[in-house]
Amino acid sequence: MSITELGRIASDPPPDRSTGLAVHAEGLVKAFGGHRAVDGIDLDVHPGEIFGVLGPNGAGKTTTLRMLATLLKIDAGRAEIFGVDVAGNPHMIRQLVGVTGQYASVDENLTASENLWLFGRLQGIAAPRARRIAAELLGQFGLEEAADRPIAQFSGGMRRRLDLAASLITRPPLIFLDEPTTGLDPRTRGQMWDTIRGLVADGCTVLLTTQYLDEADQLADRVAVIDHGRKVAEGTPDELKTAVGNSALQLLLAEPDEVPVAVEIVRRVLGSEPVLSPERGRLNVALDQADLAADVLIALRTAGVSISSVSVAKPSLDEVFLALTGHETDHDDQNGTEENR
Amino acid sequence: MSTMIAPTRETVRAAERVAAARRRVSLAETLSQTLAMAWRAVKKMRRNPEQFFDVALQPILFTAMFAFIFGGAIAGDVQSYLPLMIPGILAQTVLTTCMATGTQLREDLEKGVFDRFKSLPISRIAPLAGPMVADLLRYTTAATLTFGMGVVMGYRPGGGVGGVLAAILLAIITGWSLAWVFTWVGTIARSAQAVQGISMMIMFPLTFLSNAFVPVETLPDWLAAFVRINPVSHLVTAARDLANNAVVSGEAAWTLVACLVVIAIFAPLSVRSYKRHI
Repeated sequence: MSITELGRIASDPPPDRSTGLAVHAEGLVKAFGGHRAVDGIDLDVHPGEIFGVLGPNGAGKTTTLRMLATLLKIDAGRAEIFGVDVAGNPHMIRQLVGVTGQYASVDENLTASENLWLFGRLQGIAAPRARRIAAELLGQFGLEEAADRPIAQFSGGMRRRLDLAASLITRPPLIFLDEPTTGLDPRTRGQMWDTIRGLVADGCTVLLTTQYLDEADQLADRVAVIDHGRKVAEGTPDELKTAVGNSALQLLLAEPDEVPVAVEIVRRVLGSEPVLSPERGRLNVALDQADLAADVLIALRTAGVSISSVSVAKPSLDEVFLALTGHETDHDDQNGTEENR
Repeated sequence: MSTMIAPTRETVRAAERVAAARRRVSLAETLSQTLAMAWRAVKKMRRNPEQFFDVALQPILFTAMFAFIFGGAIAGDVQSYLPLMIPGILAQTVLTTCMATGTQLREDLEKGVFDRFKSLPISRIAPLAGPMVADLLRYTTAATLTFGMGVVMGYRPGGGVGGVLAAILLAIITGWSLAWVFTWVGTIARSAQAVQGISMMIMFPLTFLSNAFVPVETLPDWLAAFVRINPVSHLVTAARDLANNAVVSGEAAWTLVACLVVIAIFAPLSVRSYKRHI
């Protein structure tokens, strides 16, 4: 299956275009020198949804977000947020969007409550009210005990929470989260997910970037997959998964040297191409029906290829990504690349 | 964090927010944002007291050092050199102090918090102007210490308290204006170290190629020509007239004109390159 074909299947027009989009971007381009970091990206985000932008490091996710947040100039194309032109009315956009960056953008020299107070004051909130909002947010994010401690003593998770709290002072209707859970431990990550779902329950729209496929799967209503500055697919996590096949057979061979033999057998039995994972001796095979796994296993057994582990599962977004872009999410072009395109 | 979903919270309505969004920042907003940024800078100074070292130590050290080294050679003795030198040191310390503005801005720009400032609906000049308002504290400290040290060493300013205060005020105004030059350097240089280097290259000729420490008459003609147009010379002469004779001379007016010219050129340049600097 080719990339374009898959992209079309996945990006069927969403139902209610008429109600006005939270984000509407057409052909966004950003070039740094000769390198086009973002190379013609279209995005439509509906009010009230969590939209995930998924891609490996360097795919252009952050650059896209920064252009939409008025932090970077849009080199070509155009974008609107709630119908307001991003390039034409940056000051309005900044009132509508809360941005939480990849690296906590809070002031190290101030305490947690001083940070929130300052950001509130800067946005025209009267001093007593700014103090009250700061206390409220610190409570909501479980930071009240650390309220008067300098940020330098904060853990990564605490900084992230404070950073998100800082984006919510004026309760903006649209929130950008750039890799909100990168580097967080699993428990803190789960808490962050709950917080993000809570924002949507409050009526906000969330646009987030992630390189974690399970995060997009867990959180996002719709996902755009981005690679090398271009959108390679878009749809609900389920649509994307279905597009790659109903289930996936994962094989780990006892002898990595036997991979070519196994590849040949899969081709013969299923008539399709397995995807090689960078882990030595691991193959991922997309299946139309889970039953077909047995045929592959029997054929391998007959040929004397021994297997050290086997699993059949609904494909993860990892496999979706592999199938869409022809390489692993860590951006290492592996041997399967060319055949897969 | 589950309280985030608490039902008491009012629903966020995008359409209302779009309708309420303003297109521009008003002047009143700009002022209050600048003051908020100044508050941040003062907090920062209080938590990093080493920032005050140059402000506190330099006036004391340089006053003592220069008086004893140059006093005899230039004015015959230390006592008669002080009225000539103290206004010179005043100009020098204020210049050194405003040089730090650029370095600190550059360090600040590299921090994550500036990303937040840029993403907020605030005046673009507030993050630059705020720290400069806070710097008024540093100029005042440096200027007061310079005169204080002079008095300790036996300087008795003929202009009295009023003359000295006027000289300090003029120095503060000049420092604040010249700081825009270093702010601009802070927004164009690649690193804080580069800012430091470039600023030194600007600062040293400005202070030493002036009448701050030696009489202009002793200089070769070509150098004297530069010294006479150097704004620092105007400041030094004006400060001498004020502190020693309580006279507001034409030099004070020239100093203020130079300040206005510097602000008119470098404030817009700084904001422009700060905006680009993302």
